[in-house]
Amino acid sequence: MKPKAKFTIGAVVILVTLSCLAWVGARESKTYYHTISELATLQGYARHQRIRVGGDVKAGTIQHLSGEVDFVLQEQGNTLSVSYIGSDPLPDTFKDGAECLVEGHAASDGRFVADKVQAKCASKYEAAPGANPSGSGDAAGSQNTRS
Amino acid sequence: MDLFGSFALLLAFLCAIYAIVAGILAIRTRKPLLIKSARQAGFAVCGLIWIAFGSLVYLFYSDSFWMAYVVEHSNRALPAFFKFAAVWSGQQGSLLFWSFLLSIYVFSVLFAYRGKHPELMPYVGVVLAGVQLFFLLLNNFVASPFHILGTPGPGGVLHAAALPDGNGLNPLLQYGEMLVHPPIIYSGYTGFTIPFAFALAALLGRYPGEKWIHLTRRWTMVAWGFQSVGILMGAHWAYAVLGWGGYWAWDPVENASLMPWLTGTAFLHSVMMQEKRGMLRVWNIWLVFTTFLLCIFGTFLTRSGVVSSVHAFAQSSIGQWFMGFLIVVIAICIAAFFKNRDYLRSDNQLDSMISRESSFLFNNLILLVACIAVLSGTLFPVLSEWVRGTKISVGPPFFNRVNIPIALFLLFLTGVGPLLAWRKTSTESLRRNFGWPLLGGVAVMVVAIVFGLRDFYVSLCLLLSVFVTLTIGSEFYRGARVIAARTGANLLSAVGQLTMRNTRRYGGYVVHFGIVLVFMGICGQVFNQDKQMEMAPGSVMTIGPYTLTCQNFDSTPEPNAEAPNYTADRATIAVDRNGKQTMMLYPERRNYVSNQESGTMVAIYSTLKEDLYVVYAGNNQDTGQPVIHVYLNPLVKWIWLGGVIVVLGTLLALLPNRQAVLVVRAAAQPASPAGPQPAVAQVTHYDAQD
Repeated sequence: MKPKAKFTIGAVVILVTLSCLAWVGARESKTYYHTISELATLQGYARHQRIRVGGDVKAGTIQHLSGEVDFVLQEQGNTLSVSYIGSDPLPDTFKDGAECLVEGHAASDGRFVADKVQAKCASKYEAAPGANPSGSGDAAGSQNTRS
Repeated sequence: MDLFGSFALLLAFLCAIYAIVAGILAIRTRKPLLIKSARQAGFAVCGLIWIAFGSLVYLFYSDSFWMAYVVEHSNRALPAFFKFAAVWSGQQGSLLFWSFLLSIYVFSVLFAYRGKHPELMPYVGVVLAGVQLFFLLLNNFVASPFHILGTPGPGGVLHAAALPDGNGLNPLLQYGEMLVHPPIIYSGYTGFTIPFAFALAALLGRYPGEKWIHLTRRWTMVAWGFQSVGILMGAHWAYAVLGWGGYWAWDPVENASLMPWLTGTAFLHSVMMQEKRGMLRVWNIWLVFTTFLLCIFGTFLTRSGVVSSVHAFAQSSIGQWFMGFLIVVIAICIAAFFKNRDYLRSDNQLDSMISRESSFLFNNLILLVACIAVLSGTLFPVLSEWVRGTKISVGPPFFNRVNIPIALFLLFLTGVGPLLAWRKTSTESLRRNFGWPLLGGVAVMVVAIVFGLRDFYVSLCLLLSVFVTLTIGSEFYRGARVIAARTGANLLSAVGQLTMRNTRRYGGYVVHFGIVLVFMGICGQVFNQDKQMEMAPGSVMTIGPYTLTCQNFDSTPEPNAEAPNYTADRATIAVDRNGKQTMMLYPERRNYVSNQESGTMVAIYSTLKEDLYVVYAGNNQDTGQPVIHVYLNPLVKWIWLGGVIVVLGTLLALLPNRQAVLVVRAAAQPASPAGPQPAVAQVTHYDAQD
C-alpha cells in the first residue's frame, strides 16, 4: 500500500474517533438557552434538559440559607425563583441588580435549581481589550465553576 | 495632549494610505525612489502611533479627568503602576495599544530588511500598512480614546467639562500580572501579522523558493513564544484572582487565544517540511493565513457579543468592523491563492508512514482538528441557532473529550517525531531509539498504578511524559557524548556546545520538555480536593496533610495608607502541615470605594507537590463569621514552571547557531538510500538535522 493511502486511512480513523468523542461530549454537556417567559411554556422532554436562563437579580431577594442561596431573577416583567445549590462560592459580582446567567434544571414546583451562576456587575464595564485569554480588560464577571 | 494624540493618529492614518498607494506604484514601476518613499511612510506610521500612545499614557498620569476614557478607567487614588495598566483596560485604549505593538513589529521588520530583498519587501510593506490601516481606522473613527467630556450649554453647544475624579479601574485588573499579561498576549496576536505579511507577499509577488520562510522563522517563533506565555499568564491570572480554584474554563475568550496558538504551533512544525523537502507549500500558506485570520476572528468573537462570555459581556458595534476586515482579508487570500497557486507545487511526496514527514503530517492534522473542535464548541450556540433554531451551548465535557486524546497523541508525537528520520526510518533504528524510553515510561506508569493511580488518561499521560523526557534526555546525551569524545570536553560543556551548534533543534527540545511539565501539571487536577466551612476564631479545618486554624478575622472599615482605594475583610489562618506550623495565610475580600465592587484576594501556599488555595468566600449573613473555601490542587506549579521552560527554550531557539557545522550523531539516522536529494542538500549547511 502506498504511504499516502496509509496516511489517509490513519487520518480517517483519527477523525472518526474524535468525531464520536465530540458527539458524546456535546450530548453530555449541551445546555439550552431560554428566556424566563419561554421556560413556563416548555413541555415534556424539553423541561428536563439542562437549561440556561439570564436575567437581573431582583433587589432584596437574595437569601442565604443553609446549603443554598435563593434569589429571584427578573427579565422584562417576568420573574423566576432560583435556588443555587452549587458548592462554589458565588462570584464577587453577584449582588442586587446584577445581570446574571444561571444554569441548571427546572424543578417540578416551578422553581429553577441552578448549579452554576455567572454574574456581571450592573454598572458600566465595557468590552475586553481584545481577545485576551482571561479577559484582562473587563473581566467584569467572575466565574464559579470548575472545569 | 488629547489634540496632539488624535492628530498623530489622523496623520498616521493618512501615512498608511500613502504607504499602500506608493507601495503598489513602486511594485508596478520598480522605481527605487518610490520604494524608499513607501518604506519611509511605513516608518512614519509607526512613529506617529508611538506618539499617540505616549499621549494617552501621559493623559492617564496627569489625571486628566476631562477625558472620557481616563474617567472611565482611572482615579486619583489608583497606584501609579496600575495607571499604566489602565491605559489598555478598555476597548479604545486596548485597540490603540494593539496598533502600538503592531507598529513595533512593523518598524523592526522594515528597519531590519531595509534595502534587502527588493523583490519581496515592497509587497510586505503594503500588506503591513494594510493591516495597520484597518486598526488606525478603528482608532480614529470608531473607537477613539481621545474623546473629551462635554456638557450641553445654551443653544445646544457642548462645553468641555471635567470631573474631580475618575471611576477607577476594575478591581479584578488591579493585580500585578495585569501589567504584563495584556502586552504579552497582544504581542502574540500582533506578531502573527509578520509571517502572514511575508506569506501573502511571497504569494502575490511569486517570490521564488522558501526564502520567506527563512526570513519569518524567528518572527514566528517570537509571536508563538508571546502567545504561549500570554495564554499561561492569563490562566495564572484566572487562577490567582478569580478565586474559583481553576485556571481554564473553555470560555470563549480563552478559546479565542488558544485557536491561533494551535494553528501557529502547526505552522512552526510544518514549515520544516517545506524547508527540508519542499512539501506542503499550499498547506503552509493557508496555515499562516488561518493563524492570522484567527487572531482577528478572536477579537471579533470577544467584542461582538456573538457568543456570551463571562469576560466580555458588553457588546458593541465594533464587531462588524472586524467582520468586514475578515471578509476582505479572506477574499484577498483566496484571490492571491487562485491566481498564483501554480507557484506552490510540491517537490516531493510522502515516502513512508514511519518517517519525520508523516509525524509532522499527523501533528498538523490533529492540531487542526483541535482547533476546529475548539472553534465549533465556541460557536455552538450560533451554529445550533442557524441549523435548528434553538440556542444550545456545550460545556467543558465537550472540549475535554475531544482535546484530551488529541493532547496525548501530540505528546506521543513529541517523543517520536524528532527521532524519526526524514523519508524513512528502519525498524532497527526505531528499536534502538525508542526501546529504553518506552520501557522507562511503562515502568513509571506501573509503579504509579500500584500506588493507586486509577485514571486512564492520567496513566497514559504519565507514561508518555516519561517517554518524551527520556527521548529528549537521550538526544542531548548522545550528541554530547560524540562532541565530548572528539574534543575531550566534559559532558556538561559538550551539552552546551551541542545546543549552541543547533539552537533551533535543541531549543525545540527544551520547549517540548516545558510542554511535558505543563501536561503533568494539568493532570494533577484529577486529584483536586476542596472544602468550604464557616470559620469562627479557633475553628479548625483539615484538608490533605494541612490543618487550617482560623486565628481571627478583621476588617478595615476605611481606606488607609496601605490600601488607598478599598476596604477589606481579612481572615488570619495558621497552616500546619503534618502537625508542624508552616505558615500564615491571609485570604481577603476587598471592596473598592470608587466603584463599589468587590474583589477576592486568594491566599495560595504553593509547593511543587500541591497548592493550598484559600478563598475568603464571604460572610455568613446570620452569624457574621467568614466562610472559607479551601482547595488542594496538586501539581499546579508545574504548569507555570513548564511555561518558564517554554520561554527559555524559545529564547534558545532564537539564538543564532554558533557554527554552521554539520553535527553528526553517533546513532545517526540511516542515510538516505536514494541518490542526491537536492531539496535536502540545499539546506544542510543551514541547520543540519532538525
